[in-house]
Amino acid sequence: MTVASSDPAILAEGLQKQYRGHTALHRVDLAVPAGTVLGVLGPNGAGKTTTVRILATLVEPSAGRAVVAGHDVVREGKEVRRRIGLAGQYAAVDELLTGRENMVLLAKLLRYGRRGAALRAAELLERFELTDAADRTVGTYSGGMRRRLDLATCVIGDPQVLFLDEPSTGLDPTSRSVLWDVVRDLVANGVTILLTTQYLEEADALADRIAVIDAGRVIAEDTPAALKRMVGSERLEVTLARPESLADAVAALATLGSAQEPVADPATLRVSVQLDRGGLDEVARAAVALREKGVDTVDFEVCKPTLDDVFFQLTGTGQKKESRR
Amino acid sequence: MTSTTDAAVSPTTAEATASTAADPAASTPVPRSAESRGALLGYLGDTLALAGRHLIHLRRSPGRLVLVTMTPLVMLVAVGYLFRNSMNVPGGVPYEDFILAGIAVQVGLSGVGPTAIGVALDLRHGLVDRFRSLPIAPSAVLIGRTLADLFVGAVSLTAVSLVGLAVGWRPHEGVLRTAAGFAVLLAFIYTMLWLGILLGTTQKNVEAIDGTGALVLVVFSFLSNAYVGVNGLPEWLRPVAQWNPVTAVITTCRRLWGNDPSGAAGSGFAADHPGVVAAITLTAILVIAVAGSVRGFEKAIGR
Ligand SMILES: Nc1ncnc2c1ncn2[C@@H]1O[C@H](COP(=O)(O)OP(=O)(O)OP(=O)(O)O)[C@@H](O)[C@H]1O
Ligand SMILES: [Mg+2]
Repeated sequence: MTVASSDPAILAEGLQKQYRGHTALHRVDLAVPAGTVLGVLGPNGAGKTTTVRILATLVEPSAGRAVVAGHDVVREGKEVRRRIGLAGQYAAVDELLTGRENMVLLAKLLRYGRRGAALRAAELLERFELTDAADRTVGTYSGGMRRRLDLATCVIGDPQVLFLDEPSTGLDPTSRSVLWDVVRDLVANGVTILLTTQYLEEADALADRIAVIDAGRVIAEDTPAALKRMVGSERLEVTLARPESLADAVAALATLGSAQEPVADPATLRVSVQLDRGGLDEVARAAVALREKGVDTVDFEVCKPTLDDVFFQLTGTGQKKESRR
Repeated sequence: MTSTTDAAVSPTTAEATASTAADPAASTPVPRSAESRGALLGYLGDTLALAGRHLIHLRRSPGRLVLVTMTPLVMLVAVGYLFRNSMNVPGGVPYEDFILAGIAVQVGLSGVGPTAIGVALDLRHGLVDRFRSLPIAPSAVLIGRTLADLFVGAVSLTAVSLVGLAVGWRPHEGVLRTAAGFAVLLAFIYTMLWLGILLGTTQKNVEAIDGTGALVLVVFSFLSNAYVGVNGLPEWLRPVAQWNPVTAVITTCRRLWGNDPSGAAGSGFAADHPGVVAAITLTAILVIAVAGSVRGFEKAIGR
C-alpha cells in the first residue's frame, strides 16, 4: 500500500546541525525500511529531537541530506509533509479548544472537508479513548490525556511515516499499552515509524532496529537482540542472608570457572557472576556449590542483559552500573 | 517482515487491542477532497479554519477583546472628558470631534501586543511546530489569525465610535466619507496586526513582548497628533510627529469626517497629503512585516 520498492522510507546521510558554533548533530546516518520501527535511544541532549525535527522538515540540516517517504526534506518539504505525522516531545494541542475541536481543526487542514473532519475526529477520539472528554477544553485534561490527543492528531492524515518523539513520556501503563497497540497496528498496515524513547523496554517491545545516539552521533545501530548480545551473556545474581557468608559465596561461585571473577557488593550482600555457557547445568552447579559451603540466600536469579545495560555500556556510564552488580 | 506485531498481548491490553486492531485503511471511509479541490479554495478553507480557531479562543477567553476595546475607551474618557478643558484645539473644532480619530487608532496600536503574545504562545506550546508539519501554507496560519483579530478590531472600533457618538463626536461629511474614514482605520488596524505578528515570531519572550507592545502604544500615539495638534508639540519633535504614519491616518480620517482644525497636522507635504503618506507608510510596514513574519514563522523553532 505504501512505498513498495526497497528504498528505505527514512534515509539520513551525514546529517549535521550546528547552532551558533555549538554542534547538536555531528553525523547521523539512518536507514529505516518501509513498514518497520526504528527506536532511537540516547541520553538527554544527544540530538534525538534535533534529528526528528530535521526529518520532519521543521529544521534544515547544516550538512548532509535526508529523504523521507521518497522526498528530500529540504527541497521537497511540502511533499514530505503530505506523508508524515509528527508528535513532538511536548504535546502540541490547543488548550482553549476542546479535544474534538482540536481534532476537527487538524482534519480540516488535512482536507477532510467539514463532514469528513467530524467523522474522522470522532473515530480517532474513540480509538484513543478520549470520547468521554472530547467536549471538554484541553486545559482541563491531564498530562496523559493531552499526550493521547496529541498522538491522535498526528495520525489523522493516515501518514506513511510517523515520527514520535518520546511518545510515552507521562503515560500511565494503560495509556502506554494503547499507544503500543496503535503503533503495532500502524506498522501492520505498512506505516514506517521512528520513535525516540527513554524507555528501553519500549524500544525492545516495539522496535525492529535500534539506533543509539550519543553526543550527536549514531554510536550503534542493530536489532535489539544483537545489541543485547554485544553486552554479554547472562549473569547469575545471588543475594545473601548474612554478611559473614560473603567470602564463602565468592569462593563457591568461583568454582564455576567463569572468565571473570565473581563480583561481591557488601552493601547489598549481592554476589554476581557471569554465566559463560549459560543453561540449567551451570545454574545447578552454582546452586550445589553454594549449598555445600552452607551459604543461605534470600534471592537467586539469572539476569539476561537488558537494553539498559546496552545503553549504559555504549554511552559510557557503564562504571556506575557495573559497581552496582 | 516485523516481529513486533505478533508480540504477546497482555490481558489488560486485550480489550484495547480489540477496539483498535481494525485496519486503519478499512476504518477510514472518511472521504478526503485533497486533490479535487482547487489550490486557492483549499488555501481559503485553511485560512478560515484557522481563523475559526481564534474565534473560539475569543469566546472562551475574551481578554483580547476587552483590552483592545478598553484601552481606547479609557483614553477617550481620560483625555476627552477629564482633560478636555486644558486641551486647546486650534481652529474652532469641538474637542469631541477632534479626539475621536486619535482614539480610534488606539484600537490598532493596543492590538499589537496581544497579537504578538498569541503568536509567541503558539510557538512556545508547539502549535507552530504542529502547523508547520502539515502540508499547508505558513501564510494561511498567520492570515487566519489576522482575520480573527481584525474582527476583534472591527468590534472594538464600533464600540469606540458608539461611545464617541454618545459623548458628542459627529462626522460632518456624509455617509460615504464617514465610511471611507473607517476603511482607512481598518487598513491601519490590519497593518498593526502584522507588526504584532512580526514581533511575536522574532521575539519569543512573552514579558519582553508585553513591554514592547506597551511602548509601541505609547510612543506612536504620543508622537502623533492624536491628542494635540502637531504645533502643540515641542518643535524638534514636530517632523517626527508629522511623518508618523499614525498622524497621517488620523489626519486622513479627520479630513474625511470634517473634524480637522487647520494646523493640527502642521504644514508641509505630509500635512498636505496625509492620504498619500498613510498609504505609502502603511504599505511599506505591511510588506516588511508580512515578509519578515512568514520568514520568521518558517524558521521558527519552538522550544
Ligand atoms: N534551538 C537550539 N539552539 C541551540 N541549541 C540547541 C537548540 N536545539 C537543541 N540544541 C542543542 O542540541 C543538542 C541536542 O538537543 P536535542 O533536543 O536534539 O536532544 P535530545 O536527544 O532530544 O535530548 P532530550 O532527551 O533531553 O530530549 C543539545 O545540546 C541542545 O542544547
Ligand atoms: Mg528530545
